[in-house]
Amino acid sequence: MSIKGKAFIAGAYEHPGRDLPDLSVMRIHAECAMGALGDAGLSLGDVDGYFCNGQLGFGGISMAEYLGLSPSYIDSTFTGGSSYLAHVGHAAAAIAAGKCKVALITQGAKVRGVVRGAKLAPDTPEYPFEHVFGETNAGIYALAARRHMHEFGTTSAQLAAVKVAASEFAQHNPNALLRKRVSIDDVLNSPMIADPLHRLDCCVVTDGGGALVVVAPEIAKSLKRPSVKLLGHGEALKHSGDGRPDLTYTGAVWSGPRAFAEAGVTPADIDYASIYDSFTITVLMTLEDLGFCKKGQGGAYVADGAALRLDSALPVNTDGGGLCNNHPGYQGGLVKVVEAVRQLRGEANPHVQVKDCALALAHGTGGGMSRMGSVTLVLGREDA
Amino acid sequence: MDSKLPAPAPIISADTAAFWAATKKGVLLLQRCDACQRTIWYPKAFCNACGSLETTSFEASGEGEIYSFTEVHRGETAYRETPSFILAMVELDEGVRMLTNIVGAAPDALRIGQRVRVVFDDAGESAALPRFQPADKVS
Repeated sequence: MSIKGKAFIAGAYEHPGRDLPDLSVMRIHAECAMGALGDAGLSLGDVDGYFCNGQLGFGGISMAEYLGLSPSYIDSTFTGGSSYLAHVGHAAAAIAAGKCKVALITQGAKVRGVVRGAKLAPDTPEYPFEHVFGETNAGIYALAARRHMHEFGTTSAQLAAVKVAASEFAQHNPNALLRKRVSIDDVLNSPMIADPLHRLDCCVVTDGGGALVVVAPEIAKSLKRPSVKLLGHGEALKHSGDGRPDLTYTGAVWSGPRAFAEAGVTPADIDYASIYDSFTITVLMTLEDLGFCKKGQGGAYVADGAALRLDSALPVNTDGGGLCNNHPGYQGGLVKVVEAVRQLRGEANPHVQVKDCALALAHGTGGGMSRMGSVTLVLGREDA
Repeated sequence: MDSKLPAPAPIISADTAAFWAATKKGVLLLQRCDACQRTIWYPKAFCNACGSLETTSFEASGEGEIYSFTEVHRGETAYRETPSFILAMVELDEGVRMLTNIVGAAPDALRIGQRVRVVFDDAGESAALPRFQPADKVS
């Protein structure tokens, strides 16, 4: 039993807004839903599966009501920024099992100008042992970055190289929050947020969201627009277990091999990758953990000349990623899938379109380095 | 001690009441599973290494070493007004790694692997926060 070839992404939409003071979160979901359904050539009445992170209202039910959906399948899995990639995999499994045929996944968020509150609900078991010490997202990733530097010799300049590459792509994206090209020195001279992470090592904070439509093969065949074939899905949780977290790796060490095995491909086969980039260190470690380079070699890999660029072995985050383009509501996973779909359809911005892109990977990370959701998707051009 | 850092009162549950009560006496408790003998962190009424529901608290050495650390310049929630502070993960000699703060030391003087010892900051009537100082500074 596998989801390989059993489901297709027929619609993908990224909200163009990055600062949306006049829209409600519900309205942003709705705009994204209609955007993705319109892209697919489907309507609300066709939707029989609904997926969202369930953070707004009563699980997924409040949003289903707002959108007027009566799905036969609903899933409000929440694994932080990786939630939406999990939804793609779960939708494919549901479609393969005959539970639905047209699955809609939506994200909507408003966080600009809002002082961030506690990330965890106070009644979670870990909360009293982390929150009281001033734990922040940047702080946790900084702990991981410093430990990675200690064990493998990674440098701040190598981390900065990830941001530089993202900024080179972002200059071509009219919707990107940050379109200015930056240099290694720009990153190193930006204010320290949690050392060794500078402000420019951190992703942007944006409103907005996006939506995806995942459909059964017979639906995909009936539509005019090219669809993207789902070839593999790998999912994993990393947590602190009995209290011995290792901050030098991500959950991609498990989700990656699962996705590659299901797709029957290897990292060397991938033409384009959307790699979750909450921070520069996230990209570096994820590339290692997915097998694009050896463990500990991520620093040398990302700092090597054309790495991550269009003319490298693996172009990464051609939309400018979360570091420059968009990271709606602190959750950048959905838009990672959208850019992979654009690349496979040949509809990326012409300046950043990967030539003959047949096989793409999208990877989502959610949470911190001691506790995260991790989801890897392998996607193929329809004729792949 | 009083490190001058914010010391928000933790939420105390049935799982953690004994742990926090001990902090008021300057004692860091850990739990060992009665079945598999694994030392577990954070306090819970369950051994997630083997599934046993029976664990016993014991007094930790209070000593360990820095696994990683960062100077946070953008505090959130209770630390929002704190210009900067050291967030760290400390590996206790008993093997578990806990999130904490390093106090009583300049950030530039810290390094991974450095020996540290627990100190307690009062956090209201029912708890004190276990923070760590470089071991050579604690009398």
